[in-house]
Amino acid sequence: MSLEPLDSPDADVIPERTPEELEALLGDLVLARDDHLNAPGFVIRPDTVQETLSILKEQAGYDHLSLVTAQEYENRYESIYHLKKFDDPTQEVSVVVPADKDQPVSESGEAVFRTADWHEREAYDLVGIEYDDHPDLRRILLPQTWQGHPLSLDYDMNQPQIAALPAHVNPIQDHHRDDESDTMFLNIGPHHPATHGVLHLKTVLDGEQVVDIESDIGYLHRCEEQMAQSGTYRHQIMPYPDRWDYISAGLLNEWAYARAAEDLADIEVPEYAQVIRTMGAEMCRIAAHMLALATFALDVNGDFTATFMYAINDRERVQNLLEDLTGQRLMFNYFRLGGVVWDLPEPREEFFSKTRDFLDQLPGNIEEYHNLVTSNEIFQMRTIDTGILPPEVAKNYGATGPVLRGSGVDYDLRRDDPYGYYDELDWDVITEDGCDNYSRLLVRMQEVEESAKIIGQCVDLLEDWPEDERTIQANVPRTLRPDDDNEIYRAVEAAKGELGIYIRSDGTDKPARFKIRSPCFSNLQTLPEMANGEYIPDVIAALGSLDIVLGEVDR
Amino acid sequence: MSSEQQPFITDESRVVTETRDSRITGQGDRFNSRLREAFGSSPFILTKFDKFLNWCRGSSMFMLQFGIACCSIEMMHTYAVKHDLDRFGSGVPRASPRQADVMIVPGTIVSKFAPRMKRVYDQMPEPKFVVGMGSCTISGGPFQEGYNVIKGAEEVIPMDIHVPGCPPRPEALVYGVVKLQERVANGEAAPVTVKPYELEQFGDLERDELVDALVDQIDEDELVMRYNFADSP
Repeated sequence: MSLEPLDSPDADVIPERTPEELEALLGDLVLARDDHLNAPGFVIRPDTVQETLSILKEQAGYDHLSLVTAQEYENRYESIYHLKKFDDPTQEVSVVVPADKDQPVSESGEAVFRTADWHEREAYDLVGIEYDDHPDLRRILLPQTWQGHPLSLDYDMNQPQIAALPAHVNPIQDHHRDDESDTMFLNIGPHHPATHGVLHLKTVLDGEQVVDIESDIGYLHRCEEQMAQSGTYRHQIMPYPDRWDYISAGLLNEWAYARAAEDLADIEVPEYAQVIRTMGAEMCRIAAHMLALATFALDVNGDFTATFMYAINDRERVQNLLEDLTGQRLMFNYFRLGGVVWDLPEPREEFFSKTRDFLDQLPGNIEEYHNLVTSNEIFQMRTIDTGILPPEVAKNYGATGPVLRGSGVDYDLRRDDPYGYYDELDWDVITEDGCDNYSRLLVRMQEVEESAKIIGQCVDLLEDWPEDERTIQANVPRTLRPDDDNEIYRAVEAAKGELGIYIRSDGTDKPARFKIRSPCFSNLQTLPEMANGEYIPDVIAALGSLDIVLGEVDR
Repeated sequence: MSSEQQPFITDESRVVTETRDSRITGQGDRFNSRLREAFGSSPFILTKFDKFLNWCRGSSMFMLQFGIACCSIEMMHTYAVKHDLDRFGSGVPRASPRQADVMIVPGTIVSKFAPRMKRVYDQMPEPKFVVGMGSCTISGGPFQEGYNVIKGAEEVIPMDIHVPGCPPRPEALVYGVVKLQERVANGEAAPVTVKPYELEQFGDLERDELVDALVDQIDEDELVMRYNFADSP
């Protein structure tokens, strides 16, 4: 575990640089400019990726590799490294790396940003770019025996494929065998109650201690990016975000797409709709965090127990509110580009009073959870000082959301890169600096209280909103065709962290490339850091505290 | 003599309740049920063994705790408070397939997962039943066009009941499970397999271009599943 701080000077000292200053800083490395709507973009040679990234990270303070997007053009392949600063995520820069059409090879950025490991494996798997110097370039989402790269231009969807069910062998047995000790290989999942879905953990144990853990993902890779690329902007994409993070976090996900597409097509959302969006999104956050709490208690405390039932009960309440608002319990499909699909349910007073009832009883219920869970001595023994994730490691892996805030990093896009109505409201970003499983749970539970504060303020605002100013949608053309060759990357704070969308338009009514930056994908990558050297029950606790959802990890 | 001095002696007069009265006197609904009336004076029932066994099976079903995708969230709600599937005698999720009778398939099946699901299904003891939850298990649902998606769970394992919806509400799943119980109790369960993708040894596959390309990667006796996406519905 690399505990020593990385060599980046405090970002307070690093002033924001203009694109021209950055270009001067990079000097000869820059071949051309390829600006995106959200950030300046610098085109570099495929063999200078590490050099460029490390200059930007260490001298310019861009310490957050948010996403690596790979795509194929008619005449070239391209990897884009979307960089940000944890101190100020509005400062962004894109590093564009074209690669040869016939032999797409590009240098790996893994040596600079640990998080590039999985992102580049995914780029290799789905698009087919090979990364030089990558520690472990294998397929990550599709079976190892898959033929072709499905998001490349000449992929034939009708070709037959073979998926194997391999018998597993201990991958590091030889290295760990001596006279006294021996290692054991243990498969956890993909069908296992503690993996929160279809995650497969290849674990190597020495006694009861974990010496090696590898997440095998892709058991729920439902081609979300392909689905979005084959849908039209206006209506056909919006139902899918609900299904990325399906823990009732639907509206938060829809907002990610809405934000990217609205900025791409230059759509202004009416203020009234923004308030409704903010309220609905925070209801979703409560529902999502309640399930995180429920399943975490399930993992740590045992089978279908009191905490699980209590938390599900609270979820039922908030889902009832969401159902009143959107018409659906789980897959809301409530946002539209330019607003929301319909106004609050009539009679409005009833909806407000139901919402207030929910908010009034929430503090009492949270007290109950604290009595049941967080103040429980056994629970504390299981979670305090287990699954340690130091802040610098978390940043290096691109962890975001409650996982990062549980490591004491004050980073929340709702405040740092404001959207919706958040900057007008009074609420706090929660951080805990324990860096352990317990802190991550505490962050989630306190965030529920903050969300309740936000909802309360939204309800007050909506109640007093003048009747003739209740515009729920902006004027949006029936068919939306953003200009040719515009690129944008926008992120929102979803329940699990930074959920970003990259869209490239090509002048048609469908996106040419739609890339999803899933917070769980990056968060899950930190698991070996937290688990290696720990006991096997702590791994389960650590995995529970990451609160992953496989629909979003695999997309 | 007050009860505080003799705490362990129950005062008979206080515990004679309505139920106990009716048991003694033979009055009341609970002990004079319609079932009892149907027996008449004889305490024996005459029925076919199969019929009796089916009734037992349908009345007590052990579900497999099996989460795949979005639908598993609604499935958890179905097991938990408010909807409480246990009311219908089928609410005990078992973590091991070897202890389960019913598998609810709650989500999209993709190429990497289908062999695993088939393996889990094979591990369940007979008689076993499958409830497909959601559109994905019917046809692939909203992801049907996906390059990696199996167009319905029926291509891999036999299904007894389909519950449509994306996702179905918990009430719908309860209805589906109760329907399955009804069918099992009546001995009507007849699963259909549309076009089974089988787990087979790699060496047994017919040699073609694809198999040749993978010869170096897969052992002869390794289990594989071959997908013919071109023939998919």
